[in-house]
Amino acid sequence: MKPFTKHTGLVAPMDRVNVDTDQMVPKQFLKFLTREGYGRVLFYDWRYLPGEKPNPDFVLNQPRYKGASVLLARANFGCGSSREHAPWGIGDYGFRAIIAPSYADIFYNNCFKNGILPLTLPDKDIDELFARTEKSEGYTLTVDLETQTVADGKGFERSFEIDPFRKRCLLKGLDDIGLTLEHQPDISAYEKKGLPIPEMVDAVDIKFYSPQN
Amino acid sequence: MPALTLYEKIWNAHVVREVPGQPSLIYIDRHLIHEGTSPQAFAGLKAAGRKVRRPELTFAVMDHSVSTKNRELPVLDADAAGQFEALAKNCRESGVRLFDMHSRNQGIVHIIGPELGITQPGFTIVCGDSHTSTHGAMGALAFGIGTSEIEHVLATQCLSQFKSKTTRIEVKGKLGAGLASKDIILAIIGKLGIAGGNGHVFEYTGDAIRALSMEARMTICNMSIEAGARAGMVAPDEVTFAYLEGKPFVPRGKDFQRLVEHWKTLPSDPGAKFDETVELDAAKLAPQVTWGTNPGMVTDVTARVPDPGSFANDVDRQAAERALVYMDLKAGTPITDIYLDRVFIGSCTNSRLEDLRTAAKAVAGKHVAKSLKQALVVPGSRRVKTQAEAEGLDKIFRDAGFEWRDAGCSMCIGMNDDVLQPHERCASTSNRNFEGRQGKDGRTHLVSPLMAAAAAIEGHFVDVRHWRNGTGN
Repeated sequence: MKPFTKHTGLVAPMDRVNVDTDQMVPKQFLKFLTREGYGRVLFYDWRYLPGEKPNPDFVLNQPRYKGASVLLARANFGCGSSREHAPWGIGDYGFRAIIAPSYADIFYNNCFKNGILPLTLPDKDIDELFARTEKSEGYTLTVDLETQTVADGKGFERSFEIDPFRKRCLLKGLDDIGLTLEHQPDISAYEKKGLPIPEMVDAVDIKFYSPQN
Repeated sequence: MPALTLYEKIWNAHVVREVPGQPSLIYIDRHLIHEGTSPQAFAGLKAAGRKVRRPELTFAVMDHSVSTKNRELPVLDADAAGQFEALAKNCRESGVRLFDMHSRNQGIVHIIGPELGITQPGFTIVCGDSHTSTHGAMGALAFGIGTSEIEHVLATQCLSQFKSKTTRIEVKGKLGAGLASKDIILAIIGKLGIAGGNGHVFEYTGDAIRALSMEARMTICNMSIEAGARAGMVAPDEVTFAYLEGKPFVPRGKDFQRLVEHWKTLPSDPGAKFDETVELDAAKLAPQVTWGTNPGMVTDVTARVPDPGSFANDVDRQAAERALVYMDLKAGTPITDIYLDRVFIGSCTNSRLEDLRTAAKAVAGKHVAKSLKQALVVPGSRRVKTQAEAEGLDKIFRDAGFEWRDAGCSMCIGMNDDVLQPHERCASTSNRNFEGRQGKDGRTHLVSPLMAAAAAIEGHFVDVRHWRNGTGN
């Protein structure tokens, strides 16, 4: 996984609450077999008019936000479907960090698996960032995961909270499957000890199952 | 011994490794996969030279992209065909049991888990699908995961998890005639909001929940995620045990009795502490209908489309304004004046036998409104379909002008060709009314199966409590 340490980038504002993952990557793009290539279809229905013509009213299509890599968002960002295609799209589009007051749980988890930092700030700071982004074209923010700060170099500087374990994984770009596999003896011991009732941990009981098609 | 919740008991029984300040390593008893979110996980596994640790604990099914028409015909959608081939190949190579689209056990992953007895009380169950919360109705801890986590479970049979907070949702009273568990959960989501359960696992308790069948409980747990809760649970009881006895993957005889004794230890202890408690009176509920673009935008069938100006804060007001534009609704319109283009009865929320029986009873001897373009019934599984046909429900639906289809996710997500056309309005028994969910620019109203059936006959929403003398006849 790509590590996240410190990132400075152009900020794009997504001024809607409850942006769901269906909007990020709509259903028709869930049929691909890869983790790549979803940047082109990110926010597809909002972003394109028929014939894939860019919708000039959509915020990411505005020239001033071209090349943005920090996404400023509203509450409960990423609600709905568990599809990891959503953070794949966010990352593939070029976003490295998201700043929002809150996230839906599954999306939040999925971001960390993809080297994207979803950081949380209180509503009033988010409001101020929306105002600053709107006011100055080319508005950039520096997100420093090590020091847990986000700053614009023009008077806005805040620290943010993040779980220390998630921070370490993201800083080092750790492969969490690799981490878990280091604990194989624990897993094997658990499997031996089993659950309170042996029937529960045994292979699925197929005595009464007949797979007649 | 401290008093523990159902959630804590299951959690404690599954901790493989616990280190302060880190997520715990939790053992996963059953892993369900489908063609939509698993191919990248298998590809990742292969790229890293890793194997599936416990293929016999993983179950695969084709549901999201399958056609609900004739499955004997070739799959014309090349992308969908690619998904099916990938799933079949991955299962073959790793030894994972697959219910392919031709299996008599095929169906929506959250329908077949319980009906085959793969889902059992006390289990940890995950699936790359947010509606995995459904399985919690059995007293399991079940939640949706992303593809990276699917890969993690395939490789290790474990998941790294932080412990959730818990909310007890007590539903008191007796549900009135014409109402369903769908109305309970829609009312809960309306009350809590769609982020109200973030970071929490719900446990549903109270007389109204105890009085529900297993299938009705599944509808409630299914939509826990629509309030932001990754998991929803109902403590197992006699209803649960009776449901499970004799299911294909459930042990029988003495083994079953031993399991039941264990399952009886699972319910939350008296005095167990929840982080939050919410109460709802089922007796006061009216049938629910969503009017907006998320499941929390919901109201009574007797109400009117709300005025955005009536919302207390700017955020809700703006969201309501945008939703009304998308839904092409005017504030103040009676819900019963909303006319429909299509009706969809199906999805992992409401496509079980009881749902179909209820809907069939309501439409028997009647005909769908002429103004309707389509009324669709999609059974949740082939087992449901077979049983429904044995009971003659398919004939009732067909005679009433409904289309009767094969099992799959269908128009809930529209990954096959069951989709709304732009600007069409649909009464749907599914779980999400997000923009574009059922088709680009499509407009979704979430309702119970009975409400959907009645709306199909009349062409617009009706209060089923007073519809044709409240009996549907």
